[in-house]
Amino acid sequence: MSASSDKPRSFQEIILRLQAYWAAKGCAVLQPYDMEVGAGTFHPATTLRSLGSQPWAAAYVQPSRRPTDGRYGENPNRLQHYYQYQVLIKPSPPDLQELYLGSLDAIGIDTALHDVRFVEDDWESPTLGAWGLGWEVWCDGMEVSQFTYFQQVGGHDCKPVSGELTYGLERLAMYVLGIDHVMEMPFNDPQAPIALTYGDIFRQTEQEYSRHNFDGATTEMLLRHFEDAEAECEHLLSFEPQDPNSGKRIVMAHPAYDQCIKASHLFNLLDARGVISVTERQAYIGRVRALAKKCADAFVQTEAGGWTPEGARA
Amino acid sequence: MPDILIELFSEEIPARMQTRAAEDLRKLVTDGLVEGGLTYAHARSFSTPRRLVLAIEGLTDESPTLREERKGPKVGAPQQAIDGFLRATGLTMDDLITKEDKKGAFYLAMIEKPGQPAAEILSAVLEKTIRNFPWPKSMRWGAGSLRWVRPLHSIIALMVSEAGAEIVPLDIDGIKAGNTTRGHRFMAPEPFTVSGFEDYAAKLKRACVVLDAAERAETILNETQNQAFALGLELVEDKGLLAEVAGLVEWPVVLVGEIGADFLSLPPEVLQTSMREHQKFFSLKDKSGQIVRFVTVANRETADNGATILAGNQKVLAARLSDAKFFWENDLRVVANVGLSGMAEGLANVTFHNKLGSQKARIDRISALAREIAPLVGASPDLAHEAAEVAKADLQSAMVGEFPELQGTMGVYYAKAAGLPDAVAHACKAHYQPLGPSDDVPTEPVSVAVALADKIDTLTGFWAIDEKPTGSKDPFALRRAALGVIRLILTNDLRAPLTEVFAKAYPGADVTDLLAFFHDRLKVYLRDQGIRHDVIDACLAMPGNDDLTLLVARARALQATLETDDGENLIQAYKRANNILTQAEEKDGVEYSFGADPKFAETDEERALFTALDTAQAQIAPAMAQEDFATAMAAMAALRAPADAFFTAVQINSDNEILRRNRLNLLSRIRQICLSVADLGKLDG
Repeated sequence: MSASSDKPRSFQEIILRLQAYWAAKGCAVLQPYDMEVGAGTFHPATTLRSLGSQPWAAAYVQPSRRPTDGRYGENPNRLQHYYQYQVLIKPSPPDLQELYLGSLDAIGIDTALHDVRFVEDDWESPTLGAWGLGWEVWCDGMEVSQFTYFQQVGGHDCKPVSGELTYGLERLAMYVLGIDHVMEMPFNDPQAPIALTYGDIFRQTEQEYSRHNFDGATTEMLLRHFEDAEAECEHLLSFEPQDPNSGKRIVMAHPAYDQCIKASHLFNLLDARGVISVTERQAYIGRVRALAKKCADAFVQTEAGGWTPEGARA
Repeated sequence: MPDILIELFSEEIPARMQTRAAEDLRKLVTDGLVEGGLTYAHARSFSTPRRLVLAIEGLTDESPTLREERKGPKVGAPQQAIDGFLRATGLTMDDLITKEDKKGAFYLAMIEKPGQPAAEILSAVLEKTIRNFPWPKSMRWGAGSLRWVRPLHSIIALMVSEAGAEIVPLDIDGIKAGNTTRGHRFMAPEPFTVSGFEDYAAKLKRACVVLDAAERAETILNETQNQAFALGLELVEDKGLLAEVAGLVEWPVVLVGEIGADFLSLPPEVLQTSMREHQKFFSLKDKSGQIVRFVTVANRETADNGATILAGNQKVLAARLSDAKFFWENDLRVVANVGLSGMAEGLANVTFHNKLGSQKARIDRISALAREIAPLVGASPDLAHEAAEVAKADLQSAMVGEFPELQGTMGVYYAKAAGLPDAVAHACKAHYQPLGPSDDVPTEPVSVAVALADKIDTLTGFWAIDEKPTGSKDPFALRRAALGVIRLILTNDLRAPLTEVFAKAYPGADVTDLLAFFHDRLKVYLRDQGIRHDVIDACLAMPGNDDLTLLVARARALQATLETDDGENLIQAYKRANNILTQAEEKDGVEYSFGADPKFAETDEERALFTALDTAQAQIAPAMAQEDFATAMAAMAALRAPADAFFTAVQINSDNEILRRNRLNLLSRIRQICLSVADLGKLDG
């Protein structure tokens, strides 16, 4: 079963193997969420679906943005735009650790030769009002994944508990492929007629966005948009569940949550622009968290979040 | 007398929690067994990253049978009473026996509570222990509601006697106790069964698990020292790290790796911090103290003898250290170009607190204050000012941005690189000190000036914006800052009246309230040194109580005096004098404070007291002026004998009004003299 003799040769091959592995293990392989997010956890397939009692199993790549991490494409492994691979299974299966180790094998990490360790790392997201216990997974001293059992999201206890796996794809791939600088990593097959490196695709955008994040973005506009997103989120959640047009019960949890995601990203941009003081930071994080909690409250009032007419009458 | 083996097998337990958890398991289970009426000979507990284990020897087979006699109603009592008694005891009429005492015949119930088998008791105790285990943080998993530190997978609960091993019946949320476990996650993952503790420990070792954390730590230490010795190097001992690493592995394998030559020029603190904090590596140093190799402890053996693992770790370390080297060189370049003060400029954009301005504004205040404090501590005002201006510059360095724990340490390096005087460089680190009650207190005058200015600015600042500590909340560590000031002053024997210093610091603080806060902290500090709180109160009531050195000298002298026989008894004499005076003053509506005249003295004792008071006063006044509290208090204590003799021989409330007034005025002299030394009225008892 070991795939170590068959090492992947490119970044995309590692992604494809993870997709195939988790698909074979029964996950719905979703596509990235079409908004700017700071991490794979923000995808509603994780944040909202970890709430309520409905079973869930999903895996997906999520492009993620951390504006303050921009280094103009020069740092060997720091990027303002990067990819995370995310797996969320609810309830967490008893063999989740073994499933995870199987995925390492699938991407060419032979656990008979490497030292894989589960090192305590409690996860907390102040902006999502979420926390869980788990580990960072080390391979020969390098953190290759985060492994978390969600305990609370948006202020709600997770019942049942979801198991979440997050792989930092660039770092993991650099390790598997033996690459020292992310920009030199083969993105597609290095033998392909048109072989592309990570740098061919992202060096220029890293430069452009670094300049944008640190100097270009108009802060007044960002501040205004933050206020707008916050107001819109609350506006969408202020509607009565009963929709007069369709005659159905429709809680706009997802559209409201989109506004929460927007506010969170705008805050990250403002932070990168250096216009948020230490004390203001806490206040902004608190405002995003308040939105996330309201969205979570709304989601558990939907069918996907476990709401039933019977339960509502009871 | 069976033996017991318990294993709670889970996903990886955080290293920092393992030792405590093993101890808690032992205590909770054995306490529970004893409470259930059992006894045992011996109990030991163990932990690995994936298991908590308890081995008990010589448990009793069952709890003893308990017999109780309960006296019932009289024979011939109304049927109602007899029925009630039967209901209460759960017996029938046939079970009752009759006995006779002085009052006649009565019914007696013999109630027997049979002993409970050990397995039943153990099962109940285990369930309670597991459900209520005191983990610092616990979690749920899957669809269950059981809480454990990480998902709990299996339980061994065996009772072993001559007859063989028996599984203790236990089922917790679907986890049934059995006799099966697993070895090392990678090296021996197959399940196996065990028949008792000896068998378990032996099979575990064959399955690549060292059960005892102390044994794992010892293996790591010995192996590391051997390999270091072979290389002519020495291990930089780190007990905390050793304990942590022993909790990260079940099968420790020590590997020594190279630190790239490029990185050897980094300061040793940087190498060690980066290796320890990020990678949990030990450091090996050569004879000159330079760190030249790292040690990583892997959790397994491999076919290539760890070559892949070591190569991976080396690579991760190289990436970490190239970051560190980049920061170091970048910081040195900044210092070379714009100096340390140039590096500090960015602090204008860093908010310290929204009501207290930027770090730059704060540094400006600290610099000005350090200049004022300098003469009080024997430092050059210019140097103190200069040191304060650059002491926090390293907060803007790339290195401290990455490793906050190196703040101050890097400042010293960068100040030296900038060619600043040693006194200034040292202050970069020392001005943060003392960081805790056991941290060293700086003694170099410039460091002391900046350390005081830093802390006093913080305290007066937060007092001015009314952000004082409340109850258990002290988010800005103001108690620690005040204790720091106290220790700086006392250790260096400084004469610095705090109210004057506060007046030169952040404006708008309630200085009286802040001084009271200091006095509270001082009481706590001195109490830990064995000085009574009432002694401190007696001294706090005296003038000059914002001069902590003076205050403490007075308190120490008073405490020493009170520990003498004369001192203790003098307090009684003082209180007696004071009581009589207070009553007389209330009754007469006048204050007796002046005019005692020896010519009205009738007895030798009275005359002797006059003389003694004159002598004491003559000694106390100059001693107090010289702050020689020991002499002053000894002189005061010397009043004890004449005062006692006076009270025995003389009746104060004489019918002769002149004599009475004279005696009351004489008592007031005792009071005045005593109060000139300390407010003895504040003393207990």
